[in-house]
Amino acid sequence: MEFVRKWVQTVAGFLMNGYWLFPWTRNIYQGPLKVLCAPGLNCYSCPAATTCCPLGALQQLLGGVRLAIASGQYFFGWYIVGAMGLMGGFLGRMICGWACPFGFCQELLHKLPSPKFEIPRGLRHLKFAILLLFVILLPLLAVDEFGLGSPWFCKYICPAGTLEAGVPLLILQPGLRETIGFLFFSKFVIMTAFIAWAVMASRPFCRVACPLGAFYALFGKVRAVRLRLDAHKCTNCNACHQVCPMGVKFNESPDDTECIACLACMHQACKFDAISLEFCGLPLTGARGKRLAATEKTG
Amino acid sequence: MSENRKPGRKPDQTIDKAPLWLSLFFLALLLIGIAIDEPGRVLEQARQICLSCIGVG
Ligand code: SF4
Repeated sequence: MEFVRKWVQTVAGFLMNGYWLFPWTRNIYQGPLKVLCAPGLNCYSCPAATTCCPLGALQQLLGGVRLAIASGQYFFGWYIVGAMGLMGGFLGRMICGWACPFGFCQELLHKLPSPKFEIPRGLRHLKFAILLLFVILLPLLAVDEFGLGSPWFCKYICPAGTLEAGVPLLILQPGLRETIGFLFFSKFVIMTAFIAWAVMASRPFCRVACPLGAFYALFGKVRAVRLRLDAHKCTNCNACHQVCPMGVKFNESPDDTECIACLACMHQACKFDAISLEFCGLPLTGARGKRLAATEKTG
Repeated sequence: MSENRKPGRKPDQTIDKAPLWLSLFFLALLLIGIAIDEPGRVLEQARQICLSCIGVG
């Protein structure tokens, strides 16, 4: 199953970044696909990006809400929040585990040999504060003399933007290099810190700072696709703790908002068939899935 | 004990409709956005290099 997930992550990454003419055009993709909302964190100023970043688009809409209203357009982010909510309602944070290019990058970085550390559990709450403050309140309320807000999360924090857009565009467009200053360097430090942290800890950005992950986490208890624990079968052997990339103790908190439904606990850890996957309460896998995984292993 | 842990629950006996209602709600938001041409504005923004995103804006 891990093999399948890696393939899905790769394909999703390519679909969201499918514009490979950029080395020649030296610009970003400007075609109609950019109206589509990427499910995961993927900067739309990345030269290869074919879709728009939901967080970037939402901040831009909220920042421009006063001007939009003044011109009779009620752009409050309906389309973006609708698209994000639709994906969240069906899959929740499964998107983080299966279709987020930045999450995938962090997984690959974590494979590099290095000492590995746990992330303190309390830090997980920070991403909700970032969502509220940097994605919603500041773009909406901190406006300039023209009534225009800034995309605060993109501007001051987003390491994906620096990695996928900032660095490549500075290489492609030499003219931009003259404009970089403190802001770019501070973002570069944030990006480097998260990259180094991702080598030493599993998915630190997803667990601590990602506002998109925080939004999808709100659907932890009401998403259509979710994992279920059968308390009759669970022996509390705690094997699921060892494999979880998000630090979830599944047998203790099966509705944990951090779960990205990577299925590692179900397929790699639980020997008692106590974990199953469901769609709106209807079983998708379970005993049968487990048998299939065992058959796959024995070839 | 959370609902997810309840012993003896037969998952194939009930359909959990909450995610479907929630998705329907967000679908409605999405359609409102399309009706007022919000995607046009999103496209307009996404076609330009976001200088803030790359840290030079
Ligand atoms: S609880 Fe299981 S499915 Fe969820 S993230 Fe951890 S290992 Fe993956």
